Amino acid sequence: MTAPRRSLLAPDPRTIARNRAEARFRAYGLGAVGVALVALAVLLLSIFGNGSSAFYQTYLEVPVMLPEKSLDKSGTRDIEVMKKVTTVGYAKVLKTALDEAIEANGIIVEGLGKKDVGNMISDEAAAQLRNMVLADPTLVGQTIAFEMLANGRIDGYYKGRVTRESAALDSNVSPAQLDLADALAEKGLLATRFNLDFITAPDASDQRPEAAGLGVAILGSFYMMIVVLALSLPIGVATAVYLEEFAVKNRFTDVIEVNISNLAAVPSIVFGILGLAIFINFAHLPQSAPIVGGLVLTLMTLPRIIIPARAALKAVPPSIRDAALGVGASRMQSVFHHVLPLAAPGILTGMIIGLAQALGETAPLLLIGMVAFVRDYPGGLFDPATALPVQVYNWTQRADPAFVERASGAIIVLLIFLLIMNTAAIVLRRRFERRW
Amino acid sequence: MNDMRVSESAVGAQDVKISARKVQVFYGENHAIKDVDVEILDRTVTAFIGPSGCGKSTFLRCLNRMNDTIPICRVEGDIMLDGEDIYDRRVDPVQLRAKVGMVFQKPNPFPKSIYDNVAYGPRIHGLTRNKAELDEVVEQSLRRAALWNEVKDRLHAPGTGLSGGQQQRLCIARAVATSPEVLLMDEPCSALDPIATAQVEELIDELRANFSVVIVTHSMQQAARVSQKTAFFHLGNLVEYGETGDIFTRPQDPRTESYISGRIG
Repeated sequence: MTAPRRSLLAPDPRTIARNRAEARFRAYGLGAVGVALVALAVLLLSIFGNGSSAFYQTYLEVPVMLPEKSLDKSGTRDIEVMKKVTTVGYAKVLKTALDEAIEANGIIVEGLGKKDVGNMISDEAAAQLRNMVLADPTLVGQTIAFEMLANGRIDGYYKGRVTRESAALDSNVSPAQLDLADALAEKGLLATRFNLDFITAPDASDQRPEAAGLGVAILGSFYMMIVVLALSLPIGVATAVYLEEFAVKNRFTDVIEVNISNLAAVPSIVFGILGLAIFINFAHLPQSAPIVGGLVLTLMTLPRIIIPARAALKAVPPSIRDAALGVGASRMQSVFHHVLPLAAPGILTGMIIGLAQALGETAPLLLIGMVAFVRDYPGGLFDPATALPVQVYNWTQRADPAFVERASGAIIVLLIFLLIMNTAAIVLRRRFERRW
Repeated sequence: MNDMRVSESAVGAQDVKISARKVQVFYGENHAIKDVDVEILDRTVTAFIGPSGCGKSTFLRCLNRMNDTIPICRVEGDIMLDGEDIYDRRVDPVQLRAKVGMVFQKPNPFPKSIYDNVAYGPRIHGLTRNKAELDEVVEQSLRRAALWNEVKDRLHAPGTGLSGGQQQRLCIARAVATSPEVLLMDEPCSALDPIATAQVEELIDELRANFSVVIVTHSMQQAARVSQKTAFFHLGNLVEYGETGDIFTRPQDPRTESYISGRIG
């Protein structure tokens, strides 16, 4: 039985059904990509919306008279003597300076006690002034232009976090203070400007969100990345090369292979417990130190470097190995002269992605004490430090909403570092490939 | 089979370069080469022919111990190069492979410059003392591989940018550069077009002046054109070995006759 001839101009039902199925599948794919893009956009918008203001800070800019009478009674400019004046003494100086500036500019203060006016200055400002004076005692007796950090609530007012309605309910700030702040801003005594301290300053206590910075965290993360890079690159590449090029394939290497894959899937917090037990409790390395964090992250990163490195080595065509062996190169020469350079772009990419993962890792660091409040910059691998993601975690735990802004700002910094690393991966990859 | 012109050059009384006695090769349980006895002469082109899977490539790879890289492969019997057993425990395969060069089926230049490709062997074996000597070796090798005139102006261009035929000649130059005594070629023309094939065949004939060449080929015409001696392999056995002219005109074994007349293989 022969079917009647069908015209090519009219598609048959099967073809129509198949085309529909394909169109549906394309729609699913497009939908999946769309969902991913929307999620990314929402994420970035919310982080940048919340966090970009962390890079700006409100300052009170008034001339500050540094009276010798209260700051250096002896008049000798002897640091040891001057150190006896605490931040309380400097806070008074700042409050006086602010009062004088208000008076000099003819601003009428309504509904505020003297204390309320002084409270608009951050507690941190006095400490900063003290450090400044102790660093340069000749300032005493002079009138200097000093930018004092405004209180976090006043700062929040200019970032939209605090409104007159919320201030009325808040015991830390009153609408009258906001009125005064507006009046100061009008006279140019209060301004919001770029805040480099957010990147460089150390963390600050719960009461001083306006002073909190990422300096210690960035330095801590940097030290840890150095440790991770210095250890995991040679160990990881050597392992991959050995397993891929030299090891005999037997049950033992099979077990190793399976275990490396399993290690890559172990939750990172388990590595934290391991680090706590081995590096701190057994080896007695210091807590909260970047060296321990780096070691733990190295353990975590190694399998994630070995697996892509092996894949990159496996992807080098066997004909290259044959060619090298055929002209009388030894195994090692064939690997190091030919196979490894060809696999380098892949290994490098895996390496940088592994590093980026390590940079963003939080859980294991919590267990080895890197979550501590650290205000001193770590001078080396053995000094206490925190890390960027831990700082984010830390700040989100704090009560003051100003820390939410700080946390989002820290995420932006973290994302920028990751972006730089990924770009480096791409650039290095391109450069390596161009050589061939 | 009209184009099967047998090389006229008679085989003189040359020295035996490689002699194999009772060679057995096993891949795991698989007995791939059975009892092969063969004597390969110096300054002669010897062709290994036979249907796919007959073991001719396997046997070729025994001659410079390339099979060592396959863990499950086991070789028994004696293979002597100039009277020395190449499977002796004291023999380092790295040194052997400098003496017994190899050209592979698919052109496999290193992804480096043409110069570096050829210079690689002399460099790792320390054959030259300075740059000038190395330059000379590179030029001489490229000339021997009939590639010099085509690439002399772009020695530092990547070797992978050459055409297929040029790449294969580059691989021959690379193999020649270590001054081997024997050159093994595993189907060197199977990935090349007829013109490139003709060039490589011409080259093989020239190489005979300096080396002992062993070539594995699928093409009987090629074997007839380039070789003086031919060995016919079938199912792991060396069926017949003799003067190329005799093999193609007066085969002794019925299997050889069936193969060259196209009935098996």
